[in-house]
Order: sequence, then structure tokens, then C-alpha cells
Amino acid sequence: MTNHWNDYQHSDVIMAIGGNTAENHPISMKWIEKARETRGAKLITVDPRYCRTAAVSDVYVPLRPGTNIAYLGGLINYILQNNRYHEEYVKHYTNASFLIDENYDFDAQTGLFTGAEDDPVRNATKYNMEDWQYQTDDDGEILKDPDLEDPNCAFQLLKKHFAPYSIENVSKMTGAPEDVLEESYELFSSTGEAAKAGNILYAMGITQFTHGAQNTRAIAIAQLLLGNMGIAGGGVNAQRGQSNVQGATDMAMLYHIIPGYNPTPQQTQPTLQDYLDATTPEDNWWSNRPKYIVSLLKAFYGDNATLANDYGYEWLPKLDGLDHSHIPAYKYMRDGEVEGLICVADNPLVGGSSSRAKMDYQKNLKWLVSIDVVENETAAFWKGPGMNPAEIDTEVFILPACAAYERDGEKANSGRWIQWQYKAQDPPGDAKSDLWIVNEMFKKLQALYEAEGGTVPEQITRMHWDYDDENGDIDIVKVCKEINGYNTVTGELVTNFVGLEDDGTTACGNWLYSGYYNNLENPACKRRIREKEGLGFHQEWAFAWPLNRRNVYNRASCDPEGKPWNPDAPVIWWDENEERWVGNDVPDIPGTWTLEQSTENPFIMLPEGVGRLYSIGYQGVGGLRCGPFPTHYEPADSPVPNLLYPNATYSPTSQRFYENHTVETDEERERYPYVATTYRLVEHYQSGSVTRNQPWLNEMMPEMFVEISEEHAEELGISNGDTVLIESLRLYNNGEQGHIEAKACVTKRIQPLMINGEKKHIVGMPFHWGFMGMSTGDSANDLTPSVGDPNTTIPEYKAFLCNIRRA
Amino acid sequence: MAQSICLIDTSKCMGCRGCQGACKQWNRLPAEDTTFVGTYENPPRFSADTFLRVAFREHSGNNGRVDWYMAKLGCMHCTDAACMQACPAGAIFRSDEGTVNIDEVKCIGCNYCVTACPFQVIGFDRLTNKARKCTFCLDRLENGLQPACAKVCPTDSIVFGDKRKLIARAMDRVDQLKAAGKTEARIYGLDEVDGTAMMYVLADKPEKYGLPEDPQVPMQTRIWNAIFKPLRILVVVAVAFGLWVNRSQTKTIEDAKSKNQAE
Repeated sequence: MTNHWNDYQHSDVIMAIGGNTAENHPISMKWIEKARETRGAKLITVDPRYCRTAAVSDVYVPLRPGTNIAYLGGLINYILQNNRYHEEYVKHYTNASFLIDENYDFDAQTGLFTGAEDDPVRNATKYNMEDWQYQTDDDGEILKDPDLEDPNCAFQLLKKHFAPYSIENVSKMTGAPEDVLEESYELFSSTGEAAKAGNILYAMGITQFTHGAQNTRAIAIAQLLLGNMGIAGGGVNAQRGQSNVQGATDMAMLYHIIPGYNPTPQQTQPTLQDYLDATTPEDNWWSNRPKYIVSLLKAFYGDNATLANDYGYEWLPKLDGLDHSHIPAYKYMRDGEVEGLICVADNPLVGGSSSRAKMDYQKNLKWLVSIDVVENETAAFWKGPGMNPAEIDTEVFILPACAAYERDGEKANSGRWIQWQYKAQDPPGDAKSDLWIVNEMFKKLQALYEAEGGTVPEQITRMHWDYDDENGDIDIVKVCKEINGYNTVTGELVTNFVGLEDDGTTACGNWLYSGYYNNLENPACKRRIREKEGLGFHQEWAFAWPLNRRNVYNRASCDPEGKPWNPDAPVIWWDENEERWVGNDVPDIPGTWTLEQSTENPFIMLPEGVGRLYSIGYQGVGGLRCGPFPTHYEPADSPVPNLLYPNATYSPTSQRFYENHTVETDEERERYPYVATTYRLVEHYQSGSVTRNQPWLNEMMPEMFVEISEEHAEELGISNGDTVLIESLRLYNNGEQGHIEAKACVTKRIQPLMINGEKKHIVGMPFHWGFMGMSTGDSANDLTPSVGDPNTTIPEYKAFLCNIRRA
Repeated sequence: MAQSICLIDTSKCMGCRGCQGACKQWNRLPAEDTTFVGTYENPPRFSADTFLRVAFREHSGNNGRVDWYMAKLGCMHCTDAACMQACPAGAIFRSDEGTVNIDEVKCIGCNYCVTACPFQVIGFDRLTNKARKCTFCLDRLENGLQPACAKVCPTDSIVFGDKRKLIARAMDRVDQLKAAGKTEARIYGLDEVDGTAMMYVLADKPEKYGLPEDPQVPMQTRIWNAIFKPLRILVVVAVAFGLWVNRSQTKTIEDAKSKNQAE
């Protein structure tokens, strides 16, 4: 999140798209209700289902799963065609005026950007991005047209790109009625006024698509055009649906980043200098990357990291150019290339895509370690439905983990607040904290590698690992100190990341967290002082990364002269007497900069210093593989051709791994005629490992169900509460069609949608159930495809085709 | 009537059911064995183990819009309380906090309160032969705490506080809702059964939430109360005797059943 949950209270219009905030983030509604009561704020919900958030909304926009870019493209087009954008903001704080290479183009006929090439490795399209770059003069300065009139400036290209996204076309693609679309566009674009705040909330209904990253980009473009970034009540707010998923991402649980959002080194970058050259821009904040990387290496390898050995860079694992995310990891398992799997608080056999197939792939494992609170489906796969334990040789180890409330530790919430959480009770039996388990496991591994050697044993043996207390137990404070950072000579904790160096004199486990534990007496993450007056930033409550800043990009909350766009909710402002930024939040600007410098670079994380309407990798920072602008492509399992670009139905760059895996022929479209999506319920949590073992929650939501419209139910002869069977291509094997079973929930809250003149039925399913625990049921993810976004390879859980029939 | 009440603003309820879980937790009520019958609403009815349920009701609204209403339902703690009048054993009393509570020691299990309640929110425990219902968390109130359902509500759809202030707040909210086009918005529980300590702001007609439009103490309860009150002690003895006979018989039958099963 760029802002925070309680910052919603300053919003004038809030759009929940691809996120069911009332249901999955109930506390958000406290602040939305406050905004409505005190400011008359309006809430727009865009969702295939009339969900619990829709029930409390002012405007509800139905849309076919997988057509978010159509809807958001329509919003962008509406803003541009009706001059609803915040002109001064767009001119100063975005790259609207930047001139783009004259060879850049988008071809509606092919649905491709300039530079498309075959990618034999991924069996997809890839782009040569040479012709997407900014035009520069001889000194390398970017050429601009401040009037935004040059046909090659980003603003004009944006206008051109989104011109086909008329309300009429958007209605045909999404199925949303034209008047509802217009009402929502009109309402949301009213926040283009300088003093108005528009807020977009999203979750997995935006990201889990083959065009998930571009969905998010579309939100960012709309918010930049309306001047909603940096201000109170604005922002692009990714609502994290899992406690501490924010912290996990910050700490690099994804394979393509190392802590603090630094890219994972590649095999093509054999030396530290190669890596830094490729990833360090000349300008703005990421020019500090060498300090963060060297400090990280010092934290990893301690005294073993020296200038002479590149601070141990050589020992960091390097990427081989292949994808190592969730979907391919299981494919490699299928192909027998994976010997063992360690699952920490993860249950891919319920939470992962095409989960029924994954159950079979796990048979190829020699060993499986599951670290969890319960014996979940992934750990118990050998006794799952259709499995024959006698044929499975996988050795399964279950390490009982304690629940979050049974150990001390910290969590980062969606608003980037790192908060200490004290242990409430002892864990039962032998259950241990994840930290304890990892510590013991690593110590044993290190001893083994030291005794027996192995392939590149230095990766393990040279690791600085000293987290034991005097009793040999894990000392969490030692871990916190390392994450915060310290001086390697004196041992003193650093105040914040400004104190980090690239000469080996500092060590820091995650530069973004630096400052959160900078003293032992009263660490920032343990602070609990509420503010008495202000905007609700609570500067002395816990610690928000980076630098205790509550709203990132907050320089953009002021006009070029440094005066707040909205004087009633001033985040920061330029104090003319003191000649510095002051205010309610920590300014997102280096303290040494002049007003002019800050006006030219309000987005300090980007080398060009301004928000990207047109997005490419520049000086090694950012950029997407699938194009500089979001483009409407159908989901991989699509019921209709692409209305705008008929020759590119699916995202041409999307990641496909399996043959005959998604619906491509008319025969298959007939076999699986209904458009489905999955979601969560407030009563259950993720794969349900914990909540399906909680009787009170099972009492409220006892069984797997599927939501269909009244009209659909009548066509199929299904009554409310009947048991039905649901089928998809993922359960079609060797001519045999498999299915999952669910109770029918026949509801007015789902309506068939008119897609380009054709009626399409929409189907919704929660994905919480599995075969283990107190409440058991089939998993919706048995049906979902394992196809991925070209940038993140996140599976397309949220839009697929299925069939339903009576049991 | 109570000086402190709960105000339940249904227009702010998004059906998270935090209150339903908190009620079970504070009162240590076991979960019921439920099935999915085509609605989010579950358990399907009040019982000795379920004092609070969140209603989920779908209606066709204006312009093809769906109205999906949610509301916390449970004992209303009426001023003109049918259950108190129906109880022959004097087991239902009004506490110093103004709440209506069942003294389980005095309860003789006659079930009269269950049938008399115009809101049908009293459960009956067949194991202990006692009537049970929402206590307004009297044990919490007596210790200076608010009811568990109000404490846990994330949107302040349920708030606990001074009656006068909350009535004023309710009136403002109804005005807001009406201005926003909810023409049927109203306060519920101000006049109904002479006022209830669980008071509502409804965004629509009561029946759309499963609440009676005009709740009344049943006529037979009033007659029963008026005529038999002077003879209550006799009645109690008679009823208790009747129940004792009934229970002995039931027990014999159950014993026989379990014997059968064992065989």
C-alpha cells in the first residue's frame, strides 16, 4: 500500500476493484464508513459478484472475470476524453511530457507492441524493447514537450492507446451496463480536482491474471492522471490478504528478489560489479543500491565477506534464466527434477492452481517437509482422494509450528507498519516457532556441510549464523539487530539506512527495515503512542518503512511551490522560512534537496523522478515484459474472442507450461461454457488449514458451495442447496472428465452478463476447502489453470471456464 | 428500560459475523453441526447454543439492483417483555442494568417463554431442560465492559452506550439514510414492545431483515399473566410436577433407546 488503512478516512471516492474489502479486510470498512459519514465519501465496487462490499456500496459495477483492463482502460479513456485529469500534476509529476522513440507503436491488427519476437525458451512472444525508449539529446537528457502536444509524447501515446476503450466497447467486453459504467467513471474521475482524493483498493482480483501486473499498472495510470498519488486519502492500495504477507514480501519470499526489493543476481552477472552496473541507476534513490547490497552481503557472510572476495557475492545463488516460481516448480517436480520440498506454512494442494494435478506430481518427491500448525493437505497428499499410499515412496516429515500468538515477533501490515507482537501463550506440545525451526535446521546443515562438503559448500559454511542465546535457543533480538543494521567495527546499531555504507563497515539484513530496531531500550516497532491530533499517521506508533514514512510519494501531495493540493488534509509542505519540508509525515524527499529539485523528482524511487504513465525499464529500474501500456487481452480460458484485437485473444507474452491446459477450441468452449472465478469468505482463511479446524467458523460456513444466478439454476434444473458437479479442462484426462462437488447457492447476487450481445453465465466459488481437517470438501483450485503473468508468473486463479451439472 | 443500550445500525453491517463468533466465544457456547442450505445465514435458528445470528437476506431492489441486507439478530431485551410475563417460575428477571435475563436455577423448563417471544430468539436446552438466550453479556456489564458483540464490531454497526445519546445518533442516521434515498429507513425498538435495549437503525422495512413489523406480546401470554399471576406459586408447583412426570417418562424412553443402541 502506498497509504494506510486508516488513511481511507480522507478519501472522497473509493473504488474497490478486484478486492472484496468488507469480506476479506473487515477493518477497512471502519475507515470507509468514517469517510462516508464525515466527508460524504462514495464507495464504488467493481466485482463479478454482488459481494459483501457491494452490499454496502453506493455504486456497484458488475464485470466479467478477467476484464479489469477493459474496465480500467475505459476509466483512463474517460478521464482523457473528458479532460478530467489533474493537469498541473500530470505535467509536473508524471512522464506525460517525455518523448518516446519514433519507432514505438502498438498494432491493433496484431495486438502487439513494436519489437515482438518469438521466445523459444518460454514458447511465447517476447519483446525487444529497443524501440520503446525515451528520446534523448546528445548528453543523454530526456527530450520533453511540456505542452503535451507532440504526437510522440507519452501523453499523446496514452490517449491513442486507450481511445478504443469507449464506454460502448467496455460494456461489450465486461458486460457492465453502459449507464453504470458512465456513473462509476464520472464519480471516480471527479477526484481529478486538486483538493479531492480518490482511492483505489485492490487485492488478488487484480493480480491473479495472465495480465495481473498490467491490471495494477492501469490502476497506477488512472491515479497519476487524477493526481491521487501521495495525497491523504489517495493511493494505490494493495490490501494484503494474509497476516504478514507484506513482511514476507519485504524479506524476499519471492524467488526473483532478495531482501528490500533488490533483484536476484543472474548467472550473467558473475561479479558484484556486473550486478551493480546492471541494476544501479545514475539518478535518485536506487543509486544507493551498492550500499544496501554490500551491507546485505555483510549481514549474510559477516567476517567472511571482504572487499577482496566481492563481499561473498560469488556465494549468492544466481538465476539461470529459467522461471523458478510456483507453477514451474511443480512442473519440474512432475518431470522428476525435484527431489525434496520444504513447505513452510504453505498448502499448495488447496491454495495452488490445478491442485489436483499437483497431488500427483508430489508422488515424485523423495521427501517432503511440512512446517505447519496442522497436518494440511499438502503434507497428507499420500492419503488424498484417489491416491494409493502403497505406491508412494515419499518420506513426509511434519514439523509442528506454533501459531502466531504463541511466539514473539514482528509483523508488517499492508500499510508497511512493522509492529511487534508479544507472545500470548505457550505453544502446545512440541510446536516451535518458525524461527526456532529454521535456526536448528540451518545449524545442522552447516555442520553437515562442514563435515562432508558438497556442491559449493561455501554458500552454507561461510554464512554468518549467530542467533543463539546463552542456552542455545534462538535469540530473536539478534535477528532484529541484524535486520536493522549495525556498524561492523563498533557493533553499534545504525539509526536508519542513511547510515549504511558500501565499504563493508555496515551490515544490514534489509535496508527498508533499517531504523525499526535501532535501539534496544525502546525499539521503534514496539512503540505504542497514539497521536492526539493530526491526520491519523500516528508517527510514534510502531515503525513504517521506509524511514517511518506513512504515505509514500508524499512530495506529490503538494503543488510545485510546495503548498498542499488539499489544505484541509496537508501531508507535508515546504516551509519557506526554514527552507525545508515539514508536516504531518516524514517527507519523501532527501533533506538536502532544494524545492526545485524536489519538484523535478517527486517520485524518488524512479531514476527519471516522475510517475510513469508510460512504463519501461529505465536505467535498470522497473519496466514490464508485456508492454509499456496495459492492453486488454482475454484470460487464457476465454469464452469470447478479443473484441479490440481479434488476432491476439490471449496475452501473447503470458507464461504457459502445459499442453491442452486451457480452453482454445470451440468444442471446448461448448463443453465449458460458464465463466468462473474464485474468492475467499470472511469465515475462512486461505486454504482453510486453520479455520476449517475451528468449530465456530465451520458452523457459519460448513461446506464448499458454488454461487450461480437464479436464471442459470433454472436452466440447469438446480435448486438452492442441491449438490452439483463442476468440471474444467484441468480435470479432463485421457478422455475422462473429472469434477469437484459443491452445494449450490442460487442467488440474486450473481447475474448473467451480456458479452458482445451474447448472454454468459457467471459462476463463483470459494477456494477454502480440502480433504483434511474438521470441515472437508473439494477444492475449487482443482479447476484453475496453471498459466502465469509474464512478469510474475502468478497463476490465473480468478478467471476460467467451467461446466456445471446436477449431481 | 435500560439507561445504556446497544444501537445496531444495519446500514453499516457488512456481515463479517465477528459478533456471532464473539458471542459464542464469550459465552462458551459449542458450535452446532450445520450444513450449507443455500444461504450464508447459519445456524438456521436460535437455540440454547446460539444466542446471536447474523441475518443475510436478498431482495430485488430498485432498478434491477439487488439489496443484500445483513443484521445481527438476537434477544431484544424488551421493556414489555413477553418472556417475563410468560414465565411461571419467576426465573426471568430484569437486571439492574436493565437487561432481561433468565435465572437458570429457577427455570423449570416449561418452554413458555420460548413460544411467547415475538422475536423467536429463545433457545431451549433439552439436556438440562433450561431456556437460554442472549444475556446482553450481563457478566461483562457488571464489570464495566461492553457486550462482546459491540466490542468486536469493526464498523461500529453495533455500539453500546448511553440511551439518549444513541437515540439521537440513530435519528441523525435515519435522516442521512433517507436523504440518500433509503425512504423506508427507520428506528426500530424505540416504540416496539415499549422500547428495546437492542435498538436498530434499519435501512429498510423490518421484515426485510427477518424482524416482525409490529412485535406484540401474544394475547394468551397477557391473559395468562393477568389471571394466573396471583396463583403463580400454585401454578409453579403444578407445572413443576407435570414436568417432573414428563421428564421421568422421557428419561425412561431415552434409557430404553440407549439400551437398544447398545444392543
